[in-house]
Amino acid sequence: MKAGRARFQVFRAVMLVLFGAFFLVPIGAMFEFSTRGTGIAAPRTWAAWTSILTYPDLTNAIVASLELCVITSILMVILLLPTMVWVRLRLPRLRGVIEFICLLPLTIPAIVLIVGLVPIYYFMALNISDNILTLSLAYVILVLPYAYRSMDVGLAAIDVKTLTEAARSLGASWPTVMARIIVPNIRVAILNALLLSVALVLGEFTFANLLSYVNLQVAIAQLGRANAGVSISTAVASLLFAFVLLMVISFVGRRRPPSLAAAATDPQYLTSGQRT
Amino acid sequence: MNWHRLHRLGLAVAAVFIVAACGSSSSAGSTDWSTQSSASAGGGMDALVAAAKAEGQLNIIAVPRDWANYGAIIDGFTAKYGIKINSANPNGSSQDEVDAVNQLGKTSRAPDVLDIGMKVALANTALFTPYQVGVWKDIPAAQKESSGLWYQDYGGYMSIGYDSSKVPAVTSMQDLLGSAFKGKVALNGDPTKANAALNGVMMASLANGGSLDNIGPGVDFFHQLKVKGNFVPVQATTATVKSGQTPVVFDWDYLSQSHGTDVPTWKIFVPSNATLGGYYAQAINKNAPHPAAARLWEEYLYSDAGQNFWLKGGARPVRMAAMQSAGTLDAAAAAALPAITGTPVFLSPDQATAAGTYLAAHWAAAIS
Amino acid sequence: MTAAGNAAAVIDAGRPLQGGRRLPLTWLGAVPFLAYVGLFLLLPTVIVVAGAFVDKNGSVNLSELQTLNQPYVVKAYMSSVLLSVESALIGAVAGALLAYVIATGNPQGLLRRTVTSAAGVLAQFGGVTLAFAFIATIGGAGFLRVFLLDHGIDIYPGNIWLYDLPGLIVVYLYFQIPLMVLVFLPALDGIRPQWREATESLGGNAWHYWRYVAGPLLAPAFLGATLLLFANSFSAYATAAALINQGNPIVPLAIGNLIQSEVGLSDPGQAKALALGMIVIVAVVMISYSVLQRRTARWLQ
Repeated sequence: MKAGRARFQVFRAVMLVLFGAFFLVPIGAMFEFSTRGTGIAAPRTWAAWTSILTYPDLTNAIVASLELCVITSILMVILLLPTMVWVRLRLPRLRGVIEFICLLPLTIPAIVLIVGLVPIYYFMALNISDNILTLSLAYVILVLPYAYRSMDVGLAAIDVKTLTEAARSLGASWPTVMARIIVPNIRVAILNALLLSVALVLGEFTFANLLSYVNLQVAIAQLGRANAGVSISTAVASLLFAFVLLMVISFVGRRRPPSLAAAATDPQYLTSGQRT
Repeated sequence: MNWHRLHRLGLAVAAVFIVAACGSSSSAGSTDWSTQSSASAGGGMDALVAAAKAEGQLNIIAVPRDWANYGAIIDGFTAKYGIKINSANPNGSSQDEVDAVNQLGKTSRAPDVLDIGMKVALANTALFTPYQVGVWKDIPAAQKESSGLWYQDYGGYMSIGYDSSKVPAVTSMQDLLGSAFKGKVALNGDPTKANAALNGVMMASLANGGSLDNIGPGVDFFHQLKVKGNFVPVQATTATVKSGQTPVVFDWDYLSQSHGTDVPTWKIFVPSNATLGGYYAQAINKNAPHPAAARLWEEYLYSDAGQNFWLKGGARPVRMAAMQSAGTLDAAAAAALPAITGTPVFLSPDQATAAGTYLAAHWAAAIS
Repeated sequence: MTAAGNAAAVIDAGRPLQGGRRLPLTWLGAVPFLAYVGLFLLLPTVIVVAGAFVDKNGSVNLSELQTLNQPYVVKAYMSSVLLSVESALIGAVAGALLAYVIATGNPQGLLRRTVTSAAGVLAQFGGVTLAFAFIATIGGAGFLRVFLLDHGIDIYPGNIWLYDLPGLIVVYLYFQIPLMVLVFLPALDGIRPQWREATESLGGNAWHYWRYVAGPLLAPAFLGATLLLFANSFSAYATAAALINQGNPIVPLAIGNLIQSEVGLSDPGQAKALALGMIVIVAVVMISYSVLQRRTARWLQ
């Protein structure tokens, strides 16, 4: 058994090294390029990185993108999660339809989907608001495929029916069921959906660009035209920024020590409870 | 005596009336600049400047800062008038600009001014409003639309830019077929999509026995490049040039010049037997959200300062001849332009259409 | 009467009657989602699809759909599907493997957090910069290529495959694998160690465990995630546009050309027809996916 475990740990280490190399080497190449000087045999320079700080519009773009992240994530969760749970419990026939709808944003390239969204945004711009934050309404759509799949996998791993039946029979209202039963049990799935949503909003370029808004990626594209090094250093900086933000979010989503209430609804205790 | 008093009273009353009338016309008369077709028609340059400053913003589109030194123009305009410039979709094509005008309609984010290729300009004149800049007569008649719907701004020649430290010197188009250029030659865009790329293939055609009406030899040339393994289909950016992945790029000479900031050994070659020129055009959006700022921008672009900025960017401004005779041309920048030894030719819109049709049918097969 | 039985009776009372008189109330639960999606997704899709049936003069006919018959379009669809299937399958297997490596570690550990955060970032990374990252590594003058060349290994004996469909598959894996990790991880977390112990106590080995216990349980999630990877790759545009800027060998590039061409070849109607074709293909794939799902769900019965 111990030899098996040791072999397994070696296997894990090898896999991590291989995957790590695959993902980190290209980023290393970008980083190396961004520090190159101009001309043959020119010394390495940080100029491409320090010049990022001199761009005034970048702060506005970062703030706008962060606000879009928050709004999109909140909208996504309150829109998608209750619907998915409801469909699982009461409307199983609708499941295929919802699944297809949630895959639809990925079937059409953004450059074409925007053609269909433009009339709606035009109406909104003239009658409701012209603000960049209206982009979040479209971003929720873009995030649907990833959030749906992530939370669907999470919901499938727990027995939603039994949990809700037990909670409802104990007198819980629907909000209580959602907040204290469902969400804590699919915490990982929701967290992953949030990570994907935030990363999507931070990395989204096409919609903002074609609707003539300036979000983080559009500002980076602008800045990147200054010179070659800056175009790459801003991209790497944007990746690092998103990574740090996601790390912070994942720490916030830390599992608190299991309370008695949580233990009472944890599936593994539920099954053992029924034997009595 | 009574008569004198009455006379003076009458004059005073008349004077008061006249002053009141003048006062009211200058305070209540804010011109609607969206219909003015020249600065003088709207009340003169000072009125235009005041109205533009009141608007405070300008929306431009598809204007990267490193395109023909636009960065300096944007900074210069903002410094001179204090008007904030909102630059959207920096890497957009001319078609994207026109699409944005159509899609953003009357919203406040619609582009105010457009800088587009001739083909797109001619196809979309219904979207523009006529305006003639102060120096209208300096623009040759063939390079503007008579009522002012569009007017050419700058142009250049199709060229082969190359990094002389990575490839041998290019003295003719045929050099590119050599083995020293394996995996090194790129075209700026797909010719069925981008105007610059179409002109690049046309230049190759002219250098290989074709003509402005026949782009076939150009397509064949690129097919040969592909077969020899010299042609790479990757999108050429400043990063790919600097990293040595695309050391040879077919592009407009002024765009090629911007690579020189990243690669000091960058050289530009315009074949003497294939001197293909092309100009871009300016137009003002009929539904421009900031009509006065748009007109002021045009005045700035066609001023000596604006035209010289483009000259510094390696482009040939449309007022070049007039400025040269007036002595206002930046001589040093003019001397730095790539040497043109052949007779310049320009694609007409019909020829461009015919070339596009041929490419649509043959390009994909030629380079796959 | 067990507690479960009581619970079932209570829940039964709340279920809609067979006659369907209470059906509308249940459907109300799906209304907010459907309304939102209807406005921001279905309506735009209908606008796009409807545009495929209107020709340049404004009359309604099938002329724009004729573009789907052209040989280069058919070839583009085939290339797109092949590219997406390959990148989805390879990405799914590799991603599942990486997810398994992470899931078997400390659930609160730094490794897991780092990998999931990095996966989140990289799953959405694409476009010109991703293309450049790979060009700088294994492009014609990429440092890894030059390094291998100096050691006698030429990864490009023929043409440079990075700038062709095989290269696209490798580059797409860069965001497909992280996406798979994030989406599949909750499924792996749902595996109970008791199942492994039960298998072993019954005399089974690792093969039995994966073939009869964990495999069937993970199959629905695996299939769903693979489907997501397929669609993700199918409609990806920016990365392909940067790597293969000539010739439009896949459908998103052909659509991009039809929308943004400034040499007179832009044709929004044809672009919409191609988009309609993409929706149809994904719908077909989804149908085969749901057939597969029902098959695998049968194992759980």
